[in-house]
Amino acid sequence: MKNKSLKIAVLSGKGGTGKTLVSVNLASVAGQSVYIDCDVEEPNGHLFFKPTDIYQQDITVKIPVVDENLCNGCHKCVDFCKFNALAFIKNKPYVFEEVCHSCGGCLLLCPEKAISEKEKTIGKVQKGVSSNVTVNTGILNTGEASGIPIIKKLLNESASDKELPVFIDCPPGSACIVMESIKDADYCILVAEPTMFGVHNLNMVYDLVRLFDKPHGVVLNKCLNGENPAEEFCMEKNIPVLGQIPFDNALGSLNSDSKIAARESERFRALFYSLLETVMKEVRHETTANPQR
Amino acid sequence: MKIAIPVDEQDLESGVCPSFGRAPYFLFYDTVTKESYFLDNSAVASQGGAGIRAAQVIADHGVKALLTPRCGENAEEVLSKTEVLIYKSIPGTVQQNIDAFAAEQLILLSDFHPGFHGHEK
Repeated sequence: MKNKSLKIAVLSGKGGTGKTLVSVNLASVAGQSVYIDCDVEEPNGHLFFKPTDIYQQDITVKIPVVDENLCNGCHKCVDFCKFNALAFIKNKPYVFEEVCHSCGGCLLLCPEKAISEKEKTIGKVQKGVSSNVTVNTGILNTGEASGIPIIKKLLNESASDKELPVFIDCPPGSACIVMESIKDADYCILVAEPTMFGVHNLNMVYDLVRLFDKPHGVVLNKCLNGENPAEEFCMEKNIPVLGQIPFDNALGSLNSDSKIAARESERFRALFYSLLETVMKEVRHETTANPQR
Repeated sequence: MKIAIPVDEQDLESGVCPSFGRAPYFLFYDTVTKESYFLDNSAVASQGGAGIRAAQVIADHGVKALLTPRCGENAEEVLSKTEVLIYKSIPGTVQQNIDAFAAEQLILLSDFHPGFHGHEK
């Protein structure tokens, strides 16, 4: 087996389920570790870690620029663009920058070589330190259509932080942006709420991780006494339950004060440490059972 | 003058389609010759940028006025740059809208909604 860092992605079908709670606290009890906030539309892990020594880098994408003197008005680029980012106005192509997916097709196709590319900033990545955790945050500028280039950059960067466990805080849902975030993950933690609605959302990400053939387990969050439909779902589908986090006033208070529960209280440190041990045991089991992953 | 209307059915007695970019068909109508024809909207199944593609079709057909209940910002940009006027359609059939336009009873559409191109959601 290759000697590489373990990448653990934390995901859920909707926001507010506890992805950040789980990933921030797991990273905090894992000794030296890396935390990556891939929820680039509303990154909030940094609010808990309050990282210092921040290094920041702009992320750009390529957008076509048409040289009107070279363009002969042949229309080929406009017909080709499957994203409809090009319109043909007064015999010249016109670029809708926010619709463009930077595929570069128009540039390759133009017989007159009238199209070149310019860089457009869509957001940034930040890297900082919070105690023993390296904190990576992706930030997409408001109004931009896709955060995928930012997530690619975040995950590539972390590849150089060798051999430390990596915790990936995913965006909510199961769309392209989540697929990009879990693509290289060794293990997926699905966070679920104890309601019927929670089961519906859990099912979405459960479908996704199976589609990607990722080993996975569930963390049941906000647990109360009594029945838990998400737990029943796990039993029915034979999904390992990695741990339960109680619906707890003290935990809620720490979290809403943007404090990391595992750093503030021995009780929660123990809870997340035990969760981490279970996750690591599962990961080792999976990598031994399926070494090709 | 050639005008265009987004329609749900290929019938002058049917209603105006509530969406411009995602309308199944467009009606083209010549106010002088009174001739009309329908066209499938090739943008209807686009992942994104349907309004841009639909506006392109309208402009390419030499239309001078579009009658629609609503229109997105990107489509508006294409239409204004290609000098197509956008009028707000009224409730009722396609024929009633053609008559209202001929009688100069329609007003220009003034509010344009943002695009729905956030397909990663």
